[in-house]
Amino acid sequence: MTDVILDPTKRGYWTSDQDVRWCPGCGDYGILAAMQFLYAELAEDPETEVKSEDTVFVSGIGCAARFPYYMDTYGMHSIHGRSPAIATGLAIARPDLDIWVVGGDGDMLSIGGNHLIHALRRNVNLKILLFNNQIYGLTKGQYSPTSEVGKVTKSTPMGSIDAPFNPLGVAIGAGATFVARTHDLDRKHMMATFKAAHAHKGASIIEIYQNCNVFNDGAFDAITKRDARAEMMIDLVDGEPIIFGAEEQRGIMLDGGQAKIVEIADVGRDALAVHDAANPNPAIAFAIAQLANDRQSPTPFGVLRQVEGPEYSEAVNSQLLAANEQQGPGDLAKLLHSGATWDVA
Amino acid sequence: MTDTADRLEAQGINAVVIRFAGDSGDGMQLTGDRFTSASALAGNDLVTLPEFPAEIRAPQGTLAGVSAFQVHISDHDIHTPGDEPDVLIAMNPAALMSELGRLKSGGTIILNTDAFDERNLEKCGYEADPRTNGTLDDYIVHEVPMTKLTLEAVTDLDVKKRDAERSKNFFALGLICWMYTRPLEPTLDWVAEKFAKNQTVVDANSLALKAGHAFGETTEMFADQFAIESAPQEAGTYTNITGNTATAWGMIAAGQQAKLPIFLGSYPITPASDILHELSRHKNFGVKTFQAEDEIAAVGSALGAAFGGALAYTTTSGPGVALKGETIGLATSMELPMVIIDVQRGGPSTGLPTKTEASDLFMALYGRHGESPTPVVAAYSPSNCFDMAIEASRIALKYRTPVILLTDGYLANGSEPWNLPDVSTLPDISVEFATEPNATDGAGNPTFEPFQRDDILARPWAVPGTPGLEHRIGGLEKADGSGNVSYDPENHGLMTDLRQAKIDGIADDIPLAEVDAVDGSKICLVGWGSTWGSIVATAERMRESGVPVDRVHITHLNPLPPNLGDILKSYEHVIVPELNKGQLVRILRAEYLVDAQSVNKVKGLPFTASEIVEAINTMTGVQA
Repeated sequence: MTDVILDPTKRGYWTSDQDVRWCPGCGDYGILAAMQFLYAELAEDPETEVKSEDTVFVSGIGCAARFPYYMDTYGMHSIHGRSPAIATGLAIARPDLDIWVVGGDGDMLSIGGNHLIHALRRNVNLKILLFNNQIYGLTKGQYSPTSEVGKVTKSTPMGSIDAPFNPLGVAIGAGATFVARTHDLDRKHMMATFKAAHAHKGASIIEIYQNCNVFNDGAFDAITKRDARAEMMIDLVDGEPIIFGAEEQRGIMLDGGQAKIVEIADVGRDALAVHDAANPNPAIAFAIAQLANDRQSPTPFGVLRQVEGPEYSEAVNSQLLAANEQQGPGDLAKLLHSGATWDVA
Repeated sequence: MTDTADRLEAQGINAVVIRFAGDSGDGMQLTGDRFTSASALAGNDLVTLPEFPAEIRAPQGTLAGVSAFQVHISDHDIHTPGDEPDVLIAMNPAALMSELGRLKSGGTIILNTDAFDERNLEKCGYEADPRTNGTLDDYIVHEVPMTKLTLEAVTDLDVKKRDAERSKNFFALGLICWMYTRPLEPTLDWVAEKFAKNQTVVDANSLALKAGHAFGETTEMFADQFAIESAPQEAGTYTNITGNTATAWGMIAAGQQAKLPIFLGSYPITPASDILHELSRHKNFGVKTFQAEDEIAAVGSALGAAFGGALAYTTTSGPGVALKGETIGLATSMELPMVIIDVQRGGPSTGLPTKTEASDLFMALYGRHGESPTPVVAAYSPSNCFDMAIEASRIALKYRTPVILLTDGYLANGSEPWNLPDVSTLPDISVEFATEPNATDGAGNPTFEPFQRDDILARPWAVPGTPGLEHRIGGLEKADGSGNVSYDPENHGLMTDLRQAKIDGIADDIPLAEVDAVDGSKICLVGWGSTWGSIVATAERMRESGVPVDRVHITHLNPLPPNLGDILKSYEHVIVPELNKGQLVRILRAEYLVDAQSVNKVKGLPFTASEIVEAINTMTGVQA
């Protein structure tokens, strides 16, 4: 075992000694494995310089929020909804750290919705993983802010009447500079998406379709099950026309600000939208994000939006440097004497 | 006309209480502040009480819009802004109506008579002109057409009438400076610097100031000019300081003395925002200020920064503390250092945002769920905020705990002369981060256990970036030592006891309570926070009238000084004046089984000494 623990290119190095306590069959296991494998992979690349001591996972409350306990890095399991705020403070104080924020749909979009949008609009260097299972799991099955209208749960015996959030629409609306979607059944896709977020400077948010096999089993089956994927998952590839379907027969067309699913046979390939994650106009990514508004329709995966913007903790630091230049290094005695003073002999 | 040169010899007086009052837009806070500054430079002792409405601009001329600034200046040591003003400057009828009741009988009133037109009288509800209907018969009244004289003073400037009128507060200030023989230079210098971007404003304010001064000197309206000698003060260099500035500087000093970068997460709230403003100006000290999206994010960001190894603060007032409770509890559970500064104001709810109160003590002590002992300290004067900010930081860092520092609106905005400390004498409050494993795992490998404790029961502060000390902490109960999640009943009992014992142990690391004692006293006044000045003045007044009174002032409210119980048990009467309905008094009764009695005031204002004297007389039957 010891060699695994000492070798950062092995998954075991990134695995803490704590027993994982998610329900057997929970989608969270797959996400955790993807993260551990990703770090093992990143450790092989001298350029990424990942180190367990420089990596921090901050979470709120909920099933997903147990995540930090299982990574052999620094971690904090904090308060329901507050992880983006706590991580923001950590990122400002310690811009040298590699910080991930982990939470579920209730944690991030309900009680913590305010912190999430502000972390995104400030573009703090945080990688935010939103485990979306469309249910409250830890409190045993109430509807969540991403649950579909009509959902019958313990707290909605007659069906939910709340319109759900489109999480990536929220993120794009908040000005997020990196917005992506992946799902818990595809480790490679998760790793690739996490890796892209890791390389991004600024705030990134990744929605992960995650199955809660106890309280909302199969919520994404119609989309992410192996036999459904070809027709239901729209793989976004930067610079390529957006095409999907078993026969690559369908695509996305932008029409009057709307993203529409079209048959290529009807419109021709040239009419399809070419995916451009770096497009400065967020309306396009927003339109594509709207394709995920129900569980039965083809849904985009991959990086919807990735643009450059000033990173928050860097901006904080540059003000510190500027102040130092303009005012000179802080001198406490000088500060105390900076007002009108008088001497008494 | 009498020749002014030989007309007046300034009459020496020991002290005066002046109250400037006007409309919110009249610049009364600025006027009071400038007069205070000139008096401070003249070496007087002084205490101020700014009072302003919560509305930025209430309807002009109404009672709701009255803003006042009271300053007590003297040639001796004083501790309160004065029970009753000797002089009232009223810039309009609303100010007169609102403030007249406070004025000492026979006191002096200076009116801007130009503002006493029918409309303004009506706005505040005067049915007849108070200047002529006998209302002011018991006072010495000076009617000065300040608006008109100000306009005349600035006629040569190219300035609109409306703008020119705005300089009338400087006219009033000039006049008061003449009355109390204050030099104009400090104010002129300040005006030149403050309004440097607009020379016309500099000129208008300077001319108005000089005109007010000249008016005092050349008219016969004022029979007397007064001089207040400088107060005997300990040798040193002084500055006039408000509590909020002192708090901010104390935070900066704590960062220097701890050799740690400072992080402030804050959300704007009256009356605490000035701390955020002040700290934001000093980024050259390595201070990072973060204006968060809400109070919860403010304290959350501070906790995150603390995890990262910063000296972390959040500043707020009562409503903010209520929101921060859960995060303070998390900091208590994770045992990370953080200082929460509560500039108390009137409550409950929005309450009286701009008025003072000390009613958050119970919230500071108990306002979290679960058994979550948290140290609480309180500042007693504006300059003491500096020391207590350092002390709160010291306790937080050393014991890895959130600490709540209580100040209040009166301390925050009030000011006093401060004998500046020699920075080389400030305490070293630095602590060590953990750098090495402190345990071995089952296989004999070195490992790190975040909840191993040292001799004061503090756990190691291991910050991210330290190789080999990777660990996870959180709000779930942790196993003693290893810090792994634990639901074991025995362990929860043990951890609860350990957290309590750690905080209780701080009692051995704080100053003992000191009694300001005189012979034969059977009465002990016990105070905390900003009531200090009023209580000191009360004790002095009672002693002067032959009643021996002792007093104790508590700066550390959790844990309390270990000798406090014995002190209190030795008195026949323990009297606790508080700006709440009796919070410390309940704690003293519970902790020490002493029959402590409460004197309360919950009116958004500090105690006057007379109010406390009267209460003591009633309670004890003594007659002072």
